[in-house]
Amino acid sequence: MMEAAPDIVIDVAGLTKTFGARTVVKDLTLQVRRGQIYGFLGPNGSGKTTTIRMLCGLLTPDGGAGTCLGYDIRTQSHLIKRRVGYMTQRFSLYQDLSIRENLEFVGRVFGLEDPRAAAREAIDRLGLGGRENQLAGELSGGWKQRLALGACILPRPDLLLLDEPTAGVDPKARRDFWNEIHDLSAQGLTVLVSTHYMDEAERCHEIAYIAYGELLAHGPVDEVVRAAGLQTWRVSGEDLHSLAAALTHLPGLELVAPFGASLHVGGRDHAAVEAAIAPWRNDPRYVWRADEPTLEDVFIDLMSRKRDNFRDTAS
Amino acid sequence: MSLIPARARGALSRIYAMLMKEFIQLRRDRITLATMITVPLMQLFLFGFAINTTPRDLPTAVLLQENTDVGRSILAALRNTAFFDIRKVATSEAEVESLLRSGSVLFVIEIPAGFERALRRGETPAMLVSADATDPVAAGSALGALEGVVQSALSRDRVTGVAPPAPPTFEIRQHRRFNPAGSSQLNIVPGLLGTILTMTMLIFTALSVTREVERGTMESLLAMPIRPLEIMLGKIAPYVVVGFLQATLIVSAGVFVFGVPMLGNLALLAGLTTLFIAANLSIGYTFSTLAQNQLQAVQMAMMFFLPNILLSGFMFPFAGMPLWARGIGECLPLTHYIRIVRGIMLKGADLADLQHDGLWLVGLMLVAMTIAVRRFRQTLD
Ligand SMILES: Nc1ncnc2c1ncn2[C@@H]1O[C@H](COP(=O)(O)OP(=O)(O)O)[C@@H](O)[C@H]1O
Ligand SMILES: [Mg+2]
Repeated sequence: MMEAAPDIVIDVAGLTKTFGARTVVKDLTLQVRRGQIYGFLGPNGSGKTTTIRMLCGLLTPDGGAGTCLGYDIRTQSHLIKRRVGYMTQRFSLYQDLSIRENLEFVGRVFGLEDPRAAAREAIDRLGLGGRENQLAGELSGGWKQRLALGACILPRPDLLLLDEPTAGVDPKARRDFWNEIHDLSAQGLTVLVSTHYMDEAERCHEIAYIAYGELLAHGPVDEVVRAAGLQTWRVSGEDLHSLAAALTHLPGLELVAPFGASLHVGGRDHAAVEAAIAPWRNDPRYVWRADEPTLEDVFIDLMSRKRDNFRDTAS
Repeated sequence: MSLIPARARGALSRIYAMLMKEFIQLRRDRITLATMITVPLMQLFLFGFAINTTPRDLPTAVLLQENTDVGRSILAALRNTAFFDIRKVATSEAEVESLLRSGSVLFVIEIPAGFERALRRGETPAMLVSADATDPVAAGSALGALEGVVQSALSRDRVTGVAPPAPPTFEIRQHRRFNPAGSSQLNIVPGLLGTILTMTMLIFTALSVTREVERGTMESLLAMPIRPLEIMLGKIAPYVVVGFLQATLIVSAGVFVFGVPMLGNLALLAGLTTLFIAANLSIGYTFSTLAQNQLQAVQMAMMFFLPNILLSGFMFPFAGMPLWARGIGECLPLTHYIRIVRGIMLKGADLADLQHDGLWLVGLMLVAMTIAVRRFRQTLD
């Protein structure tokens, strides 16, 4: 068994999961330190949910090993489950139970001393007061999400695994949710959260980017951005659409993406980027400004290169 | 402080959590609740009609082999009861045989030659009654009535020369045709009790695991520290109560409405009924862990239900079945339960008489539970 350093909450190496002939997670290595908010990013179907499920014992890895809260993810999942709050991507509490009944159920399953009091406390804390007797199935997306989070933190876990917790939730609810996450993290809780939103990624202490089951980048946001080594330009002006079309397949440009009313253009090889954009640099229709690459730029670049590799190895 | 060790307390708390959850869900599930009450009531009502309808005007032929006072007096008495409708007074056996075979009459009452003389001598002459027992309920109660009718006809007639109050002695030889075992109506209520319980209990638990999978709640449940055994016990327990209420309803109706005797110990019946309910719930639950979806689970339950009906002795007499069928029958809870209920209610059997069947129920339940706990998918793989 691997011995995890005490302040490393998730420590897995080489995790692999195959469904039939498809390898959905490939050789994934991940370390998450105590108290961190760790963002897990990647396009749909890239294996985020599958990875999270392997961490809490809901799926058995086909390869690799590791620990979660110091327990072996293969053999000690029953111990992991006691100390992990897992918020599933799809709402999975009982729709035909009220908020209070759902919370009391969780409290009893986790063997809390006084499940009723714990449920009441969670209801107050989450601002669900007055709705506690409403059936979960009748709640709107935002309230469901609050309930699900409340159920996760009710047994006072050491680790939260949140799978796209804010999908389909309005911006205000999203902001409240993230404030709550930061409060919890400040109290020493470790949080692994998968998301599609770049602004949410920016609120994480560290992120990991996964595509096609492979971990492509990880670390603090600014480090991930720096490590990508992208040189980017922001172009504004008229008819950016045709400029984008002209630039897209030029060698040396790995990134050509609309960005609000402007266009982000960039690549790794600085000289090649300069050469590629040279014909338009002095075009009076466009204004070129050197710009910092955004996290989104980095992901688009990572994805496109990954796709190219995919194609190369396939052919 | 507490006498219960912490580990056991944890397990109890988890089972209780599951049980409460199931109770609440059951309470909110109007359709299931309605099914639970209406199915047994409906079945009882339908079968109850068959039990309660005293047969009337059964088409009957009388084969009168001698023309005596006694013969005429019995004939008159038969005509006076509502049970029999004398369609034909025949004199040849061939005639009544064809009537019986064609279904024109259900009964042939034969007063043999020399009946009166034998009666006067104080011998015990025999009346032969042939009954079309394809409808055992009708045949059974009419046969029961016959003896009384003849008896009172003879006493009233005083032609026997035997001094009252000693009743004339005679014998009615019954010949049940076409269904030699001809189970009586008293057997129906015990059988019905077992059948209704089997069906409802199987269906309730057969849906319980697949429902969690289909509604997506299984993912949360599996991520919580609750063990398969605890989930199973928590899911079965509420339905034991439900099953017990159903059983109470049926037994009460059997005793108070349909007059089924209750010769044995009610507490023993309650205890073994609970065991039977738990065994069926465990089997239904096992199907639920094996099935991929609710439809499959229901199909499995139905496939299991069929042999229960056919091979348990509910429909056909157990002793009359071939060895292989009896072998299957022994492995079905209903077989043992029907013996238990008949034994307790009709024969006043005690635990010692029924321990064999009780142990079978325990065994079947434990086998089902073991399979269920082992086959319960603890991961989403
Ligand atoms: N139980 C399963 N059986 C077969 N394929 C699965 C199963 N679960 C997930 N997949 C497939 O694995 C891929 C990764 O899925 P998932 O981990 O849910 O990705 P993400 O959460 O990043 O969107 C998807 O293509 C999905 O179809
Ligand atoms: Mg997902």
